Amino acid sequence: MEEVRAPMSGNVWKIECAEGDSVSLDDAVIVMEVMKMEAEVFATADGTIAEIKVKEGQAVEEGDLLMTINP
Amino acid sequence: MDNSIVSSLTSVFTSSGFTAVTWQGCVMWALALGLLYLAIKKKFEPLLLLPIAFGIISANLPMTGLMEPGHGLLWQFYAYGIKSEVIPPIIFLGLGALTDFGPMLSQPRLIFLGAGAQVGVFVTFFGAHLIGFNLSEAATIGIIGGADGPTTIFLATKLAPHLLGTVAVAAYSYMALVPLIQPPIMKLMTSEDERKIRMKPSRKVHPVEKILFPIISAMLLILLIPASAPLMAMFMLGNLFRESKVVERLVEASQNELMNIATIFLGVSVGATMNAENFLTPKVIFVFFLGLAAFAVSTASGILIAKGMNLFSKDKINPLLGAAGVSAVPMAARVVHKVGTEADKRNYLLMYAMAPNIAGVIGTLIAAGVFVSLLK
Repeated sequence: MEEVRAPMSGNVWKIECAEGDSVSLDDAVIVMEVMKMEAEVFATADGTIAEIKVKEGQAVEEGDLLMTINP
Repeated sequence: MDNSIVSSLTSVFTSSGFTAVTWQGCVMWALALGLLYLAIKKKFEPLLLLPIAFGIISANLPMTGLMEPGHGLLWQFYAYGIKSEVIPPIIFLGLGALTDFGPMLSQPRLIFLGAGAQVGVFVTFFGAHLIGFNLSEAATIGIIGGADGPTTIFLATKLAPHLLGTVAVAAYSYMALVPLIQPPIMKLMTSEDERKIRMKPSRKVHPVEKILFPIISAMLLILLIPASAPLMAMFMLGNLFRESKVVERLVEASQNELMNIATIFLGVSVGATMNAENFLTPKVIFVFFLGLAAFAVSTASGILIAKGMNLFSKDKINPLLGAAGVSAVPMAARVVHKVGTEADKRNYLLMYAMAPNIAGVIGTLIAAGVFVSLLK
């Protein structure tokens, strides 16, 4: 199971995928908002999204688990 | 009867401002309209440039007495707000309440990058003096390179009030232009590999550290440079409000209502000091040119310091972070992040860049304090 973690503390702005979607390495899966700036978070592996742990609008800390990917 | 109508119309006309319009006044209006355009249409620092521009228009309307010493309305805003050094420290109170020193405390070595960017301030100071500005004017122009509006205004009021409007407009315009001015310099001075350097994760900062920081640094820095006290004390007080977590209402007031009110009076009275006599001189071109040079040198020197530190440190610093040492919070930090992601889209430099960015504010405050103690 591959993990996607928050690279910075901020808010989850948009979730660009749903559980069960297949994604490729480096696809943007989440857009975060940090200090009024959008920052994309990318898939860490090819595979399918196993579980999304956050909701849009949620505040997250650096290193928090955002989602898991089944390679 | 005809005659009396004509003569009364004539007297209305002659007592109106129209007869006193000068071409210099028109040039100032044109400049102000240009600034209004940039503020409204291009969103260039609108909170400052919009009231500044309207201040310029009003103060250059003839026969109003708005800037007449003693009782002019705008003169009173200027005298009691800016000349008496009340408003810039109030703005710093709000900035302190808005500032999170966390990123800086978690990577203390990045403070040096904020100090490095002050090189531009001093290089420009000497440069401006060499081409004929007196020491006070040169210092006022150099401080533009610190990219901090209230500090620039504070120093100009103390050292060279006739340049106040000019340096304020230069500082705020260049701050708005940071996303255009900085990236070419940053790319020129770093290699693709350097831009890809990822920073090691920052350590967690304990809440007690955040409370102690404004108290201790206020005491140390003011002891070191007493002339920085008005701005430094208010900055750190605002930050202590924030980090103490017990005076939420004061935090809100400082960063919203109080700062917004202060900003209105700051903008309009800075604009009002820009009359044709002060502004339409050949020197102004040099002020804008030197201000831009100060920005560029500050950006470059921050990057060079980062590279210098990399010669000695095991954990490499991404040299782009040096560019955030010019304050312009948080614009410069965003620019660093953006240029970093262009080289490596997974390189998240934003929070690291906040460290030199905020250190740069303190650095510029110290530079201003040094100038005041040397030249006043």
